Amino acid sequence: MDVTPAPAIAVDNLVKRYKTATAVDGISFQLAPGTVTGLLGGNGAGKTTTIAMIMGLVSPTAGTVAVLGAEMPRQRYRVLHRMNFESPYVNMPMRLTVRQNLSVFAQLYAVADEAARIARLAADLDLTEFLDRPAGKLSAGQKTRVSLAKSLLNKPDVLLLDEPTASLDPDTADWVRTHLERYRAETGATILLASHNMNEVERLCERVIIMKKGRVEDDDTPARLLARYSRETLEEVFLDVARGRDRQREVTG
Amino acid sequence: MNDAGLEFSLNRVAAMVRRYWYLLISSWPRLLDLVYWPAVQMLMWGFLQTYVSSNSGYFANAAGVFIGAVLLWDILFRGQLGFSISFLEEMWARNFGNLMMSPLRPAEFISALMIMSLVRLAIGMVPVTLLAIAFFGFNLWSMGLALVAFFINLILTSWAIGIFVAGLLLRNGMGAESMAWTIMFLFLPLTCVYYPVAVLPHWLQYVAWSLPPTYVFEGMRALLIDHVFRFDLMLEAFAFNVVLFAGAVFAFLKLLDSARTQGSLLQGAD
Repeated sequence: MDVTPAPAIAVDNLVKRYKTATAVDGISFQLAPGTVTGLLGGNGAGKTTTIAMIMGLVSPTAGTVAVLGAEMPRQRYRVLHRMNFESPYVNMPMRLTVRQNLSVFAQLYAVADEAARIARLAADLDLTEFLDRPAGKLSAGQKTRVSLAKSLLNKPDVLLLDEPTASLDPDTADWVRTHLERYRAETGATILLASHNMNEVERLCERVIIMKKGRVEDDDTPARLLARYSRETLEEVFLDVARGRDRQREVTG
Repeated sequence: MNDAGLEFSLNRVAAMVRRYWYLLISSWPRLLDLVYWPAVQMLMWGFLQTYVSSNSGYFANAAGVFIGAVLLWDILFRGQLGFSISFLEEMWARNFGNLMMSPLRPAEFISALMIMSLVRLAIGMVPVTLLAIAFFGFNLWSMGLALVAFFINLILTSWAIGIFVAGLLLRNGMGAESMAWTIMFLFLPLTCVYYPVAVLPHWLQYVAWSLPPTYVFEGMRALLIDHVFRFDLMLEAFAFNVVLFAGAVFAFLKLLDSARTQGSLLQGAD
């Protein structure tokens, strides 16, 4: 008997309307446990609002979001301890040291053996020498790694990443990606990644959801997307979707 | 229980208190600021009282009434400010996304802010009460149980106002920041900190008597001038405080819901 595991994230006909704009316009998708999915789209496509609704930070106007079986935001406290997120647009308190910041969040997430977990993450993310430095005195790349360390403190089953390598140099970005790959391999976590970096998406994601004007424009594996659009890279696919060339290609092709 | 966020964890409250404590001790000017203004205010009113009482029989009999008023006013004002500043620290740090995405419940967050309000108040007020003894021979602590009743009522009001302002900040972002600094000054004339309620126009007295701190300041004058502890006033103040506190928590939860609908939790500092 074929038993399909319950989706880690289930988004069903999700809508978010603000006073003057519709940010998300009836999207649906399901993410299987243990998968890494890329959420692509230009600025204003609705990626951040979608992630915010999955996290329970924004209430949907219509439709539903369920994470690990809990409806968000109504049942968020059932699952928040099993989730985490990282975004360069949400800061850690600047006057606290890295160790103090991580300690506070470790306690909020009831992490067992807080000191050992922080030491391990600091070693993994090359933060050991910065642990006692105020977060405000770190470089952008170091801050991103601290934020990533915070997002992994509770070993989340669902990890939401909003442009995790923005503002990182290529070497550090590559290093972060390697760490994420290792984390997923070790824990079987489900990762949803919003990114503008197509190389990153091609490398990390086994599935790509492309959004445009609040809707899902396409949803498939990177390989099938490349084949369907007859392109060599996801960046070309992204540009085709963003500029509406898919339809043009179909017409002329 | 979990779904409504009613489960309460002392461990998470401790985590937030720890966070605010780290912040507090990371900056000595901020620590100094806790004592600076209360001390300046107390000294100014203390010297004024000394001058006035030497020229007026009434005030000579009401020793310490100004100093007592300024110290109790500071409990009310600094209590709310201590609550609101800890809350504002999260807005300034753009840390709300991290906190709201964590398992921290609203009740735990509010509890941590109340504890920090007490900590900040203790750091600021204890030295100033000692200065009042040294400079003017006015011992606030000698009020004993009356001081406990005054304190409970004042701190409850300050927390209720702090909770309401926190809700406004969540809903409206930093546009509402000035409320945190100024809202309590509306209470200064209306709660009759430095004069009896009878001084107000008749119609305004109804407004004054609907505010819990008014009962405390009237009670303080009764204690210092008539040497009578008005338990009835404290009980009435407490009843109003229960209503005010419940209303503030209700408003906070509604404003938090509204912030979720408006999408303002991620853009807390905007």
